[in-house]
Amino acid sequence: MKKVSISFTLNGDAVTAEVPVTWTLLRTLREFFELTGPKEGCGVGECGACTVIIDGEAVNSCLYPVPEVEGKTVTTIEGIADSDGSLHPLQDSFLKNNGVQCGFCTSGMIMSAKALLDRNPDPTEDEIRTSIAGNLCRCTGYVQIVEAIGMAAETVKQKG
Amino acid sequence: MIDYDYRKPENVKEVFSFLKDYGPKATLIAGGTDVMVKIRNRHLSPEVLVSLRGLEELRYITKKKGYHIGAMTTHGMLEHSDMVRTELSALHDGASRVGSVQIRNVATVGGNICNASPSADTAGPLLVLDATLILEGPDGRRTVPIVDFFTGPSKTVRQQDEILIEFDIPEEMSGFGSAYWKHSRRKAMDLPILGVAVAVRLADDETVSDVRIGLTVAAPTPIRAYKAEEFLMGKRLDDDVLEAAGRIASSESSPRDSMRGKEWYRRDIIHVFVPRMARLAAERLRNQ
Repeated sequence: MKKVSISFTLNGDAVTAEVPVTWTLLRTLREFFELTGPKEGCGVGECGACTVIIDGEAVNSCLYPVPEVEGKTVTTIEGIADSDGSLHPLQDSFLKNNGVQCGFCTSGMIMSAKALLDRNPDPTEDEIRTSIAGNLCRCTGYVQIVEAIGMAAETVKQKG
Repeated sequence: MIDYDYRKPENVKEVFSFLKDYGPKATLIAGGTDVMVKIRNRHLSPEVLVSLRGLEELRYITKKKGYHIGAMTTHGMLEHSDMVRTELSALHDGASRVGSVQIRNVATVGGNICNASPSADTAGPLLVLDATLILEGPDGRRTVPIVDFFTGPSKTVRQQDEILIEFDIPEEMSGFGSAYWKHSRRKAMDLPILGVAVAVRLADDETVSDVRIGLTVAAPTPIRAYKAEEFLMGKRLDDDVLEAAGRIASSESSPRDSMRGKEWYRRDIIHVFVPRMARLAAERLRNQ
């Protein structure tokens, strides 16, 4: 199988991956970079557990052919806490509001929510729900997740 | 085993040269939200994927002697365009109901149409907005009215060596109000059981001066309900008139029984939602 060399920015660092050309970004993140935050739930863009942010937009990394990430900027759940280790307001808020049950959907939920808050720091509940409409939580803990995103938005606003 | 090569042409010319070199071995990929799924499910085993993602020049929404939408425009771009929302409202309705945010950020309107699913959410809106498709091949460009583009489920008049460049929507559509209803069980991540699109223009006396009705999942391809359109011409959109138009549109359709819905149910939905979308389209026109 043909291999390719792909260079991009991953969580702030310039990186290069040598992977089979048929790999998705998700597989590259998990198996080449060993970043296991993004998960494979369905593998076909239905569940959102693989959500990462590319150039400011939430995408399903399971549907993203790795050659397309050349030159782009990718952020995963591993890249959103501060360099001193303090959690991103969304991570903190998910913990405080019990927005996590089994945890499998959590990184995708947080990345979808982060893409929303980066663009719209004062979302309505409707906008929050739309932003995570492509993220399935089979523990069905959506209410706490929506509350957690709303409170994180407040924190981000106060921090300015 | 999944094994293919992946080529990234940087311009339209390069696309044609790849398509010429690889012939039927090549599969075009745009946003990839359908192609990647089909590959994973072994419904598609291309030898080469030729990516259109490098054609940044095909991502645009402009208004100049009509509306022009590049084939690589994403559903997200349509969703967030104020011009599309206010002037081509049905297309906003359709684009913003596709998949999820993650899907809409990459999935393209050109891909949605070329995939030619009977349930494509932008097909009904583009039908009632009277879009014309610009296709380009090695020998130049040709135009195809969208109503002639689809020939069956997953089948279109696009040739293997052609790519879709642009959707043109006539300037006169700015004088119409339009709306699209996606009838589905869930608000997101679902395919429509049925789609109803209506575009309407009203005379000063509130009678219909022009109208188009587009139906999806109502036949093997997206269709226009011409008889219902003709019936509405010159009439006011009163309840009994709209009810009759819904009934006529329903009788023009040929939906099938499927996992998502029965034929009788789909016919009922047409009957009910043609009037509702006509009312909404008229309301939007009055508020313009």
